[in-house]
Amino acid sequence: MAQTLTPQQIFRRRTAGEPVAPGDAPQDNRHVISVLLENSVGALNRVANLFSARGFNLESVSVGETDDPAISRLTIVTTGNDRIIGQVIQQLGNLVDSLGVDDLTGSEHVERELCLLKVACDASTRGELMDVAKIFRANIINVAPDSMMFEVTGPTTKVNAFIGMMRPMGIREVARSGRVAMRRQLIFGD
Amino acid sequence: MTAVTAHATKPAAHAAPEPTPEVLSGAEILIRALEAEGVEILFGHPGGAVIKLYDDMDRVKPKFRHVLVRHEQGGTHAAEGYAKATGKVGTVVTTSGPGATNCVTGIADAFMDSVPIVVLTGQVPTHLIGNDAFQECDIIGVTRSITKHSFLVRDVTKMAATIKAAYHIARTGRPGPVVVDLPKDVLAAKAPYMPGDALELRGYSYAQQGDPEAIATAARMIQAAERPLFYVGGGTINSGASEVLTRIARKTGIPVTTTLHGLGAFPENDPLSVGMLGMHGTWYANQAVQNADLLIAVGARFDDRVTGKLEAWAPHAKVIHIEIDPACISKNVPVDCPVLGDVRLVLEELEPQVGPKDRAAWLARIAAWRAECPLDYATDDGALHPQAVVQALRDKTGGNAVVVTDVGQNQMFGAQYFTYVHPRSHITSGGLGTMGFSVPAAMGAAFGLRDAALAASAAGGDGAPAEPLPVISINGDGGFLMNSQELGVAAAHRLPLKIVILNNGYLGMVRQWQELFHEERYSHTDLRPSNPDFVKLAEAYGCVGLRCERAEDIRATIDAAWEVTDRPVVMDFRTVQKELVFPMVPAGAATDDMITQRFNPELTA
Repeated sequence: MAQTLTPQQIFRRRTAGEPVAPGDAPQDNRHVISVLLENSVGALNRVANLFSARGFNLESVSVGETDDPAISRLTIVTTGNDRIIGQVIQQLGNLVDSLGVDDLTGSEHVERELCLLKVACDASTRGELMDVAKIFRANIINVAPDSMMFEVTGPTTKVNAFIGMMRPMGIREVARSGRVAMRRQLIFGD
Repeated sequence: MTAVTAHATKPAAHAAPEPTPEVLSGAEILIRALEAEGVEILFGHPGGAVIKLYDDMDRVKPKFRHVLVRHEQGGTHAAEGYAKATGKVGTVVTTSGPGATNCVTGIADAFMDSVPIVVLTGQVPTHLIGNDAFQECDIIGVTRSITKHSFLVRDVTKMAATIKAAYHIARTGRPGPVVVDLPKDVLAAKAPYMPGDALELRGYSYAQQGDPEAIATAARMIQAAERPLFYVGGGTINSGASEVLTRIARKTGIPVTTTLHGLGAFPENDPLSVGMLGMHGTWYANQAVQNADLLIAVGARFDDRVTGKLEAWAPHAKVIHIEIDPACISKNVPVDCPVLGDVRLVLEELEPQVGPKDRAAWLARIAAWRAECPLDYATDDGALHPQAVVQALRDKTGGNAVVVTDVGQNQMFGAQYFTYVHPRSHITSGGLGTMGFSVPAAMGAAFGLRDAALAASAAGGDGAPAEPLPVISINGDGGFLMNSQELGVAAAHRLPLKIVILNNGYLGMVRQWQELFHEERYSHTDLRPSNPDFVKLAEAYGCVGLRCERAEDIRATIDAAWEVTDRPVVMDFRTVQKELVFPMVPAGAATDDMITQRFNPELTA
């Protein structure tokens, strides 16, 4: 039942990032959003609650103090079409505890993630593990007769790749920090 | 958008500044802080966690009045009714645990409908929080997603500043409910009382003046449009923009449709009014929406009961959205011209930029739709139809009344047939759809209106007391029973509420859906076996009870009710059982697929 859309209906779908023609793929994008938040009791709860109450997707969230101990910075990774991302940003801004909301996606920014990884090993595989770690510039944090622990830092893709290389060796435990991100300052032009 | 933080702009009214601040209990500081906010009335219910507050209220005789409600839910709806009738912030006090959880429905209701209320809940002493203490409940956690903001006062020195911040947040921007949780030991602890600034709210700001460029763009779009339509919501009434809206509509000749909460923002007896839009709006208002080339949404939020199937709604219309809440803009319908700001300030800026234009053809089309399918019901069968009761109330008051409807068919008949002409003359539970809202909300509204009339008389000084507007509560027999305990409170305070029960013996709206969409299986909607005798119930609470069983007695019953001036009157109208609300856009259907009569004509009411 192909229906002819009015120009207004096409405009609305385009603006929302929704499929216009029946065959079009949904345009869900991943966004990294940085939120400055009052470092007060319940503030983080309100953010987490907002995502569940409104059905937004929360892929990762990381929190820590800023240089001002009264303010913490959240880095949130979420996915959705343009309409949903717009809602995420506005609803975050509406929180009384939020001091600033910045969508870093689409501007020059740096993303980093920290990962701790415990991998099974024995004397015969330890050298191979260390070679891989060297390529990824991962640090060896701990060694035991049957396992090693690594620390790797980088963009999420690098962390994923490192975990992928280690998987055949037998991963015992993974702990990832979630992403943190910051805008770049471009003093030499872009 | 500028950041606004609350500063003490008016001095506290109670006393001259003293060189050394008095040392008071947390409860008394709370009382002083409420007085400083201009609170006139508290709807509350005491309990263990707030016993110190009640003790101090008895001791210090505050400037505000406390009304003992008989259920905390009734208290929150009363505060909502007070807030919606007066435009001031409503206040509720409850104890911890069940007292607090009984408020949850009212808080959710106020959140959905942007009603400014502050709910003061008791809490167990701070050292017991988290220990599953007696009557402990994490009410901040429970209400997190249904409050504009909430505070737990852990330190008595923060009491005054927290109360000030709570009222500031509830009242400004898009209004909403704020919960302040008060541990028992904090109410008892002592501190110097220093009226002054609110807590610093550096993350809180709200829109005021609109962007001049956006307003200029909106003005150009309005002048260019051939078939424009104002779509007016409750935000218009909240911001006090009804007058300027009415001026602009008349100046430009643009027709106006309102939402359920927008009723009264534009006089419905004006030729430009097309009544309410949406699921049970008029057929002609919805036709106008579907054919408009420009919608000017004013303080409205594109609710699903307005739009129906979103993709098929207003398919030809560009949209201007004048709105204070940035999260409401383009939430459901992407907007061509957003204007973020206070509705009244934006419309005042817009007014000189728009002018008359010949819209005779567009208005003629709307007039033709109105003639084709007016609001209508069977008037020739001699039966007692609920619509006739609403019309008779309208004739009795000439629209000079505040109508507080409950939820369901009674609400829609109340919306369709009263013809609202004044802002704040229609109060209902729209977003949450809370059955049991009307009786306590009408009580709260009546307190507010009576106090305002008394204050006006005192200020006038000519001795003649100003008459407050009559408050009419319209209920179904289902919802009426859900908070009927407040009848006793209204009677004790001699409020002359006119309480109407459109008693069809059914949960009428559910029954309507069962008839239309569930093959006439009336699963658990027949209330007749469990309904009480409403006249006796009214009398048991010290109210007057009247029963009306014949259409020809409607007016006499209403006349008799208006003779009673010193207590509430409950009118039990035994209406036809099978009346349906028409027209109707079935849930999730396109607005073009509105139905205007029942599928099975043999079921005629």
